[in-house]
Amino acid sequence: MKFGIMVNEGPYTHQATDSAYQFAKATLEKGHQIYRVFFYHDGVNNATRLTEPPQDDRNVVARWSKLAEEHGIDLVVCVAAALRRGICDENLAPGFRISGLGQLVEAGIQADRLVVFGD
Amino acid sequence: MNETTGGIEDDEGSGIVKKFMFVNRKAPYGTIYALEGLEVVLISAAFDQDVSMAFLDDGVYQLVKGQHTKALAVKNFSPTYRALEGYDIEKLYVERESLEMRGLNADDLLVPVEVLSSAAMGDLMKTQDVVIGF
Repeated sequence: MKFGIMVNEGPYTHQATDSAYQFAKATLEKGHQIYRVFFYHDGVNNATRLTEPPQDDRNVVARWSKLAEEHGIDLVVCVAAALRRGICDENLAPGFRISGLGQLVEAGIQADRLVVFGD
Repeated sequence: MNETTGGIEDDEGSGIVKKFMFVNRKAPYGTIYALEGLEVVLISAAFDQDVSMAFLDDGVYQLVKGQHTKALAVKNFSPTYRALEGYDIEKLYVERESLEMRGLNADDLLVPVEVLSSAAMGDLMKTQDVVIGF
């Protein structure tokens, strides 16, 4: 099955992105595909390469980047939501790209299921 | 990038028409969910999908007439709901229980809506292909 994933909350404050990541991993392990992961609202904060969590904590941003690198997952950050929150090409983590909301609607159309992680 | 469709070329996603329901559960101000949610709804109109909106819980306040936000120093975006008709987004569903719990009825709202019981709303959600909650 082809999944779309939407992440609506930022890292560390909220579990949404952790759950989304674990869901994405499980999806791939079961042999399904991920059409796209779309980051919206404070979820765009998952895409900053400036994050530096303590050594003994998970690195939420790097984890997404690694998933993108290993599995060719399309990680898309909403441009309007990103600019509001100071996320731009200059501080974008590897594997993410900035684009428009149409990418979310398209994921809803193309994927068999769109799974939303948020508040 | 195509401004209207937010980075998607017009020929992509062609032919497929899905039922999209955008579920609004939060008050219009206090958090950004309602405002940014509405942006998604407007973009979706460019994709020729079967779009509807549902309003539940404090989300019913998004549609209440007479919003004044000057003292909050945030934009009053409630006129946008009136503009939805121009985007062919005319299916607006409001949960009766949420209205009643807040002492509201359909006359208090900015736009014509269909008021549904919680159970009917649930049945309607079951028929959707894509449900996105804000």
